[in-house]
Amino acid sequence: MKRPIEPLLWGLFSAGGVVAALLLPVQLFLFGLAFPLGWLDPPSFEALQALAAHPAARLYLFVLCSLPLFHWAHRFRFTLYDGLQIKHLNEVITALCYGGAVLGTLIAGFVFFTTH
Amino acid sequence: MMHGYTEFHPRWFRRRLSTYWWLWRWPYLRFVLRELTSLAVAWFVVVTLLQARALATGPIPYTDFQDWLRTPWVALLNSATLLFLLFHSITWFQLAPRAMVVRLGAWRVPDALIVAANFAAWLAASAVVAWMALGAGR
Repeated sequence: MKRPIEPLLWGLFSAGGVVAALLLPVQLFLFGLAFPLGWLDPPSFEALQALAAHPAARLYLFVLCSLPLFHWAHRFRFTLYDGLQIKHLNEVITALCYGGAVLGTLIAGFVFFTTH
Repeated sequence: MMHGYTEFHPRWFRRRLSTYWWLWRWPYLRFVLRELTSLAVAWFVVVTLLQARALATGPIPYTDFQDWLRTPWVALLNSATLLFLLFHSITWFQLAPRAMVVRLGAWRVPDALIVAANFAAWLAASAVVAWMALGAGR
């Protein structure tokens, strides 16, 4: 299987892996657990909305969602391929994984760049 | 001289491999757990997009979303997700020296130093995010 986009996909996997490794634990800890469960005093709705509306924050959040999705797509593709040995569905799996990442990126673009 | 064919195909001598072969040795288990971290990454993105959407929509959807994050199964799922994300970070940084060889002149930066630099960057990035989030509006 020779595909010229394979290095690009690996590059996105790698970049997404770096973003995920550096930023996802602290993001999930704060916004998924510590703030809602009251372990830490959460910022007010207004303050958080203002922070998230800043152009730099929008760009940050977009990258935070998009690149890790390509990381997921690449790793999950090989989990299904090598781990679960689902080789006869190779094309479908590949399409669904990267297609899902592209779709998620579009949704992220919509959420972060079109809302007020 | 008859060259006899056996009527039935001879049985291969193959040991049946258990579905759970990876459970009993740490390197295998570690590999499988690391593969599964991709699902935690995907779940994080879903939660983050939903939360951003609620935040942009208004105070009531945002409060509802916070309530949802407090339901036991979501809190439990997010706790498990955090453990997998931490596992991804640790294994990713440990592999960093394999992915990049850093040379300063003739000196090859030792692997341990590259790993340490990655962990330091992780700490710094986490501190900046926490500082921004905790400082919002204060």
